[in-house]
Amino acid sequence: MSQTTIDPRLMRAPPKRKLRLSWADERIRGVVWQVLVVGIVGTIVWWLWSNTVHNLEVRKIATGFGFLTREAGLPVAESVIEYSPTDTYLRALTVGLLNTLKVAVVGIVLSTILGTVIGIARLSRNWLVAKLSAIYVEVIRDLPLLLQLLFWYTILQSLPGPRQAMQPVPGVFLSNRGLKLPWLDWQDAHSLALLALLLGAVVTWFYRRQALAKRILDGQPRRIWPVALGAMGALPVLVWAALGAPWTADWPELRGFNFRGGVTVSPEFFALLLGLVLYTAGFIAEIVRAGILAVPQGQWEAAQALGLHPGQVLRQIVLPQALRVIIPPMTSQYLNITKNSSLAVAIGYQDIVSIANTTLNQTGQAIEGIAIIMLVYLTISLSISLFMNWYNARIALVER
Amino acid sequence: MQPFGLSFARALGAAALGVTLALPGLARAQQAPAAAANTFDAVKSRGQLVCGVNTGLAGFAQPDSQGVWRGFDVEYCRAVATAIFGDPNKVRYVPTTAQNRFTALQSGEVDVMARNTTWTLSRDTSLGLDFPAVNFYDGQGFMVKTALGVKSAKELEGATICVQPGTTTEQNLTDWARSNRIKFTPVVIERLEELVSAYVAGRCDAYTTDVSGLAATRSAQPKPADHLILPEVISKEPLALGVRQGDARFADVVRWTHFLLLSAEEFGITQANVDKLGNDPRPEVQRIIGKNGGLGPMLGLADDWAVKVVKAIGNYGEVFDRHLKPIGIQRGPNAQWNQGGLQFSPPFR
Repeated sequence: MSQTTIDPRLMRAPPKRKLRLSWADERIRGVVWQVLVVGIVGTIVWWLWSNTVHNLEVRKIATGFGFLTREAGLPVAESVIEYSPTDTYLRALTVGLLNTLKVAVVGIVLSTILGTVIGIARLSRNWLVAKLSAIYVEVIRDLPLLLQLLFWYTILQSLPGPRQAMQPVPGVFLSNRGLKLPWLDWQDAHSLALLALLLGAVVTWFYRRQALAKRILDGQPRRIWPVALGAMGALPVLVWAALGAPWTADWPELRGFNFRGGVTVSPEFFALLLGLVLYTAGFIAEIVRAGILAVPQGQWEAAQALGLHPGQVLRQIVLPQALRVIIPPMTSQYLNITKNSSLAVAIGYQDIVSIANTTLNQTGQAIEGIAIIMLVYLTISLSISLFMNWYNARIALVER
Repeated sequence: MQPFGLSFARALGAAALGVTLALPGLARAQQAPAAAANTFDAVKSRGQLVCGVNTGLAGFAQPDSQGVWRGFDVEYCRAVATAIFGDPNKVRYVPTTAQNRFTALQSGEVDVMARNTTWTLSRDTSLGLDFPAVNFYDGQGFMVKTALGVKSAKELEGATICVQPGTTTEQNLTDWARSNRIKFTPVVIERLEELVSAYVAGRCDAYTTDVSGLAATRSAQPKPADHLILPEVISKEPLALGVRQGDARFADVVRWTHFLLLSAEEFGITQANVDKLGNDPRPEVQRIIGKNGGLGPMLGLADDWAVKVVKAIGNYGEVFDRHLKPIGIQRGPNAQWNQGGLQFSPPFR
């Protein structure tokens, strides 16, 4: 039908609209309103800002971020990076930021696993399992998080002292000073082996992608596990062995008041993690349950009709579809964990809020301190949101 | 225990500071300096003094079973209120934590702070505060459980030490550890109640704060003898009253109220005899009680302000004996200057 001509009415350009300098002109109105609104907001912001600066000056309160390079002098109990009280406030705040990230990341991973398990368990046909999960969710969700944190912290404090520490396994000590575990005497060989493992994982991932692509062409299944074993198992071990296979453990032992050596999981960190994970898992369980229930019954039946066993139905058919419902509210829970971790100050875990508070107290610069806290949470939250939105878009149903 | 007060209080404090610093500016050129300078008039027209005190420290500031605030620092709030209004009850108490106390004062939430606050150079200069008078000379020490068998702070190598964050205590501790090459693990919890319970539960080997605070905490334990205050005093802690900077008139009233309590003790003026000193031959006593000299009006106060204050509160020694002696705190450096102590009042002249 190449002869078809396009309706000439569709070819016609819309009539050119003249810009009239009149209130009746929609565009003029739009411009005026926008200029007005931006102007008002800008004036308010400027006015608040200049007043704050002026009043701080009048009250002789120091301003600016110059304090960041001064010596902090505040002690920090646990730190991911090297830290001593002679370091600067900037470094102390970095330590706090890393502590926040540490508890947030571990908390997100653990609460996702626990929440998913409980959510699925609540749908179980086993009456006991289903009821226990339901009770868990209802109890945990109804108690304020701060109360739960204080509860866990008090429980952990009532463990025996270091001199009467429990020793469930030789070399592992549980006391009110925390959990003491033996740890490798960390050397370069271990770091490099870890790097090799990471490299192996990347190689395996690419290999699997290629194998799948080829399978789509010729239908032949290809085995992935030999490559995985070689890249992720043999390679790191070889690297480690080539560097002399260092293998000395650092055992904790009681000396003086306390244990020396090994690694410590402090009661503060553990109580915070426990509280956050148990609390958030209650919400995640409900999200997972809602997601699974959102998959139409017909999908279950169809999958069963194909001869898949229940585990396969859940993994291959239901969960992938449920994820589309689960991901958006899950993002909110991840943001909640991160923000709720600021309750750490109540039980003495030194996160960014705790250290920024001490900083603003010692320097007296409250506005700068609060600004730093807000900036940190905003950055972390936006990063989580961006990642989850990307993931959500990736798994979303591709509609044609 | 008010678990929820924690983060809210701080957030509110910071928000309040932000708002109070940002907002009062409609006519800011004239208004802003006046807002800082006229606490005295503001208090007078409000009819009430707002006093920042500790959240609860035995002997210094603590509500009793009827909810009435009592303690050494509380008496200072009452004394200043009596000086201004002639009535010790015209006070509203605002409990402040170690972390939100300065914000509370800066933002105008409280007029005066009587809250175990150490006077230091950096606080005096960069916080926008003034410290008119040192009402208690203190020093930092350590407390351990007797069962631990420690007799000196030098033996604390490797110990876990409970300390309140945002205090000079925290900085003194790190200074002391550095100069004595002692390694320790800190446990920092903001709320005093939580911190003390962590120490009592054995989370820490030692608890460090001002010696007066240690004595107060020890006296509140079921068995005070189970706790030992170590002999070392590792810092100077002049605990001072605080007001906003640039407010000389109000600072004068606060400062001279403290000096009045000292002078009253020095000249033997007590709660019991202050009414009967009309014929006392000593000229300084006559000036203090307002018989002559006109000192009260120089401060903007009534002639008989001193009589009312001493009548309502007592002198420094009486206040000390009422609140601090029962919890085992000796006069020590807080004795009068002529008794070998540091408390010294300039002359009432």
